[in-house]
Amino acid sequence: MASDTTSGRRSRFIDNLGKVYLLYTLGFLAFFVLMAILETLGASAQLIGIGFLLFTIGIYAVIGWLSRTAEVDAYYVAGREVPALYNGMATAADWMSGASFVALAGGVYFGGYPYLGYIIGWTGGYVLVNSLMAPYLRKFGCYTVPDFIGTRYGGNAARLIAVVILVVASFTYVTAQINATGTIAAQTLGISFEVGVWLGLLGIFICSMLGGMRGVTWTQVAQYIVLIIAYLVPIIWMSNKQGFGIIPHFSYGEGVFRILELEAQYGLNPPAEPMAGLSVLTTPQTASGDAMSSWKMISLAICMMAGTASLPHILMRYFTTPSVRSARRSVGWSLVFIFLLYFSAPALATLTKLQLLDPNLATSIIGKPFAEVANLEWIKHWASVGMLAVADQNGDGILQLNEFFMRPDIVVLATPEIAGLPYVISGLVAAGGLAAAMSTADGLLLAIANALSHDLYYKIVDPSASTRRRLTVARILLVFIGAGGAAVAALKLTGILGAVAWAFDFACSGLFFPLVLGVWWKRANAAGAIAGMVGGFGAGSLYLYLVYSKTMTPWLGIDDIRFGIIGMAVSLVAMVVVSLATKEPSKEIQDMVDEVRVPSGKAILSAGH
Amino acid sequence: MAEDAKAARAAHWAKTRNLTYIILALWALFGIIIPWFAGSLNSMTFLGFPLGYYFCVQGSLIAFVALIWIQNWRQDSIDDEFGHEE
Repeated sequence: MASDTTSGRRSRFIDNLGKVYLLYTLGFLAFFVLMAILETLGASAQLIGIGFLLFTIGIYAVIGWLSRTAEVDAYYVAGREVPALYNGMATAADWMSGASFVALAGGVYFGGYPYLGYIIGWTGGYVLVNSLMAPYLRKFGCYTVPDFIGTRYGGNAARLIAVVILVVASFTYVTAQINATGTIAAQTLGISFEVGVWLGLLGIFICSMLGGMRGVTWTQVAQYIVLIIAYLVPIIWMSNKQGFGIIPHFSYGEGVFRILELEAQYGLNPPAEPMAGLSVLTTPQTASGDAMSSWKMISLAICMMAGTASLPHILMRYFTTPSVRSARRSVGWSLVFIFLLYFSAPALATLTKLQLLDPNLATSIIGKPFAEVANLEWIKHWASVGMLAVADQNGDGILQLNEFFMRPDIVVLATPEIAGLPYVISGLVAAGGLAAAMSTADGLLLAIANALSHDLYYKIVDPSASTRRRLTVARILLVFIGAGGAAVAALKLTGILGAVAWAFDFACSGLFFPLVLGVWWKRANAAGAIAGMVGGFGAGSLYLYLVYSKTMTPWLGIDDIRFGIIGMAVSLVAMVVVSLATKEPSKEIQDMVDEVRVPSGKAILSAGH
Repeated sequence: MAEDAKAARAAHWAKTRNLTYIILALWALFGIIIPWFAGSLNSMTFLGFPLGYYFCVQGSLIAFVALIWIQNWRQDSIDDEFGHEE
């Protein structure tokens, strides 16, 4: 009976999703208005920040608690009952990491045209997900990505190697997310970074431990709503202040040309004395047309696109839909929701740049008397935490473009203050950044823990384990991996974006071709897949090591964030050559591939496998 | 499996594959070729933007969204034609 009432409650929840999340959105907006009123009544900035974080984390915790489950299908694939639209939102939150939210606009601000490879790559990748991967993996009925590799190619060796690549790629990624969670928590709550990291981890566990994929799905939908509101509100606000209309996205072209004028006027010169960790604007806003910068842009885009289509925490989101068709439809929704943020980031970067550079705006600082700028509240605030610096290096008493230093990561977080928006907006942005980092961390931790518990423990170590035991193992692994991630994050090894690009490169080096060819080339066999995974992942990692340690100079401009180009090339050649040199796969495997290509009918792997 | 069922399966896959090839070709156009030539396209303007820049920050992104929805719409009708309704 107990399970009857649970499933009754659950189906009522699924039927009323629209109402539930509409109420939630209105509640969040009401909270925002309440905070704005409190600010006018004199509440301190810190109080508002704490209010935002506690309110949102509290809601995620409630959702996580309500989604608790003891069923394998619910824990691994949310019971395969997530409607396409909501899976799209959950994927968007899963996808848009702390890096997308916090660092992307800053990257565009400083990185110019080659950096736009991230924008193209992180959206265009979904075309590959939709046409090459998602519908087929959904038909397959697997719980994890290595589950597909292990069953399609047969044998524990292929499965195990896929698990290793998954863990390396996802772990690289998750430390960056825990790092971002800690940074935001520390800044808003006024605690140390290390405490912030562990506090953030606690929030992440609340969402994922009890309900597995089910809990993560419904908190991710809630997190998407917070993060997209938090991203768009400041942009719309600034746009109205600067006269670009209600939304700036289609009208900021004029601003781009204005920046080109200002770039020519100020000159894009390197600083007299560089400062470690801080950047000066030296890259032009738009493409210049030389082949090397085109290649840098495209090679980055290709790595990010193929990486998108190979990252397990994204692919596994499409295992949760009720059918193949709804898996495809939810890829469509995913990109719509992701698009909303990605086509806003360059607008934000442009408007912020104008705020700082254009002498016609009251907020501009370049070309102003140095003493005046150094006294601004927001400059003092961010300089005190080492994220920003102004230095009158040529001693003329005027702040030049190459005398203004900033960490690219802070552009989004600092924008509300730069534009002189009320503090309630900064609180909102902090809540958005936290939602973005937490939702991605949830998805990644779950991908790692599920691969280890399902593929390594259940499929290889102990195939007779009971359901209860399997889920207990999954939860224990989650705690250990999370703690490991937090411990590494506390070491502060890389900036937020560097580690993220590496994760994509690791994933596409090792997994892209084995996954694609598993569906699209019947002749691909186990030996080929193993060669493709080991060769690609090995070559990519080796190249990364050689370039990063400066043992060799990058070949054709392929630096450490683009090593996926090398990995993928080796992977493809190794996989094709070895497959052709060895025996073709068995009749059963070939029939299985045929069956995967048929969109209807039973999944290849049964529920609870 | 009966011969005609096998033939239907092959025909379904052939159509699916051809649709995928077309989508991938368009993906390469918007995801690789146009961004590559952004520098030269910048001499033209569109909606007040330099054209190459416009594609990199907006035009190609809109194309990606459209490509997925168009592919799904075409794929649904291929699936329906061969009796693979939901």
